[in-house]
Amino acid sequence: MKGYRKYFANKLLWFLVTLVAAFILNFTLPRLMPGDPVAGIVARLAQGMTNTSGIQAIYQQYADLFGTNKPLVAQFFIYMKNVIHGDFGFSFSQYPRTVADVLKSAIWWTICLQFPAIIVGWIIGNTLGALAAYLKKGFDKVLMPVSIFVSNFPFFGMAVIMLVIFGVWLKWFPTSSGYGFDLIPNFSFKFIWSVFIHYQLPFWSLVLIAIGGQAIGMRSMSIYELNADYVKYSRFLGIKDWKIIGYVFRNAMLPQITGLALSIGTMVGGALIAEIVFSYPGLGVTLLHGVMGQDYPLISASTLIITLMVLSANFIIEILYGIIDPRIKAAQAD
Amino acid sequence: MKNTLQQVFHSGKFLVGFCIFVGLLLFVFIYPLLIKGPPLQIISQGTFFPPGTYVNVYDSLSSPSYILNLDDAAAKRIASKLNEDDRSAMKDWLVAFGIPDSQIDTSDTKSLIDLWTANFDPKLQLEGYTNAKRNYYVRLNKNLAGLLSTEGAIIAVKNNDTGILEETNTVAQTDYVNVNEVANVRVLPLGTDNFGRDVLTELVKATVVSLKLGIIAGIIATVIGLALGLLAGYIGGRVDDVIMFFTNLVLVIPQIVLLILISFSIGQEKRGVTTIAIVIGLTSWVWTAKAVRSQVISLRNRDHVNLSKLSGHSIVHIITNDILPYIASYVVMAMILQISAAILAEANLSLLGLGPRTTDVPTLGLMMNWAMIYQAHVLGKWWAYMPVLLVIAMITFSMNLMNTGLDHVFNPALRD
Repeated sequence: MKGYRKYFANKLLWFLVTLVAAFILNFTLPRLMPGDPVAGIVARLAQGMTNTSGIQAIYQQYADLFGTNKPLVAQFFIYMKNVIHGDFGFSFSQYPRTVADVLKSAIWWTICLQFPAIIVGWIIGNTLGALAAYLKKGFDKVLMPVSIFVSNFPFFGMAVIMLVIFGVWLKWFPTSSGYGFDLIPNFSFKFIWSVFIHYQLPFWSLVLIAIGGQAIGMRSMSIYELNADYVKYSRFLGIKDWKIIGYVFRNAMLPQITGLALSIGTMVGGALIAEIVFSYPGLGVTLLHGVMGQDYPLISASTLIITLMVLSANFIIEILYGIIDPRIKAAQAD
Repeated sequence: MKNTLQQVFHSGKFLVGFCIFVGLLLFVFIYPLLIKGPPLQIISQGTFFPPGTYVNVYDSLSSPSYILNLDDAAAKRIASKLNEDDRSAMKDWLVAFGIPDSQIDTSDTKSLIDLWTANFDPKLQLEGYTNAKRNYYVRLNKNLAGLLSTEGAIIAVKNNDTGILEETNTVAQTDYVNVNEVANVRVLPLGTDNFGRDVLTELVKATVVSLKLGIIAGIIATVIGLALGLLAGYIGGRVDDVIMFFTNLVLVIPQIVLLILISFSIGQEKRGVTTIAIVIGLTSWVWTAKAVRSQVISLRNRDHVNLSKLSGHSIVHIITNDILPYIASYVVMAMILQISAAILAEANLSLLGLGPRTTDVPTLGLMMNWAMIYQAHVLGKWWAYMPVLLVIAMITFSMNLMNTGLDHVFNPALRD
């Protein structure tokens, strides 16, 4: 138990350190650029505005919010205090709404889309990869080239192709948005069905991309394990084939879990872009709106939340990994 | 060296990837020699012209005409104006008008049109038809006018003095022009895009720019990764701790987040292709650094390195002579992957609207971005985005294949 505690404490510490680092980056990067950030923001925002007192008010509000008239360290603590209270300021492009309000709904769309898709893709990909390693021949010959090609496709490319085939040509699924444009979110059957229908295309295109990369990794891990000495020994002992396969796949699975932890950042990044293709009302589209509207607070808050999501997912995977792989405990107990 | 190259080119995967890549490069370099013209010139008035050969109508009138007697010409002419859907729509209208179903034969064009012209009245409001539907029938009716006539068309020029049209030429239905003799013919193999620019010319330029961007970013990432990896791995100790801490930090923060923050901070005016390439390079070195470090650590205590140390060689000498040659193949492979990843990263950034801001050169990501903004995918204008996707996929696919091939040559343990 001591080993686990040390492992978890270690991982938790690392999680906090990376979070703080990400936070600092989020704070400093825009401020590294020459010039007054607030003046820059206001200048961009005020591009179509003629009302000088309005511009002045906006300037004052952001100068207060970011505290740009104070020293950098003081600014950092003001920013931190605001963020901890969930106060990201007002959104420029959707003015009366606060950034927190804009993001509140987007976060859930993104989480509900991406995490199931990545997990389902990971499971299907690993199963297919393991099957390819075990069955070999025809199955392997077909699956591998397809997987390699699919995994080389950019996320948004797969999204566009799925959209064109199933949304535009076959008209099986709607092509954009998270629910019917004529509906108001509520708990009626009609609304839930509409959400479900709109969910399919983004979901399956993310799954498809995830499958390719995972299947390739799992196949080579499984081939490696299938040739290991313990497999041959078990065969000599006469242990049933399915039981050996159970051992093999459990061992091959472990590096795949670490692989998932390492690739989750890339996957989330790609999936955000895929959301844009489907105009899915998640963080990707929010980011796009932020960029289009030169909405600095919205972008900064979105990136912070994306980082937080990825770091948390990483943390959870590593904790699970620690529980699954007993060697971790042993290594920490030394 | 020669031996290694021979081995590399014997690897099937490498060869396939190499051929795809070289084919792409050749096309991209030869095409501008054949078809000149600025890649972003707006040539069409209107958006998304479908791919095809565009023949100047005015010039073809004055080109020498030839008479060809082709049997299926009339049938083709009718089919192009009146397809199956139109025929059944006409039948629907006639049935709704009150003609018995049995009298209408949609396959007999002549009787169908006779029946139509005898009964159709554009002003008549049939019950149950929407305005759009009614307008469709009016358009159809116009299209049908003169469809079955065997007369030619008369070309007339307006006399400026009298204002009277004077017949200059008659075009019979059996007249043909040879496309080679028409003065102005433009082939648009991939049509035009949302701004009215030739997609293929643009795509070729975009591929060059994107490859350049990928190579700059790949070199930057490899150099930084190599330097940090060598330092951390060879010197070890505190330096290693600090570098590894930093590397692990950058590793877990998603690259897209860094890219978004930096590109947005740079501001629109200053975001050129080179800037974006540098930004991508600066954010993607971590994998190389980590891998180089672990390789160097395993090399550090080999006998030949120790011997070199005992002989009093400097660190620089040891690194360049005793360590680099052993990791060179690995670094090259990593760089190939970096290049393809950088091209993808640029595409991702551009789709977010944070790509290079250029008015004179396109990139693959920007072309994709334009097509998406103008809803080419929903409108079914495949030529605006499919070729771009295909080129991106071909670049990454060929580079990955080359990488896998190299991996098989240099890591014999992986061969199966």
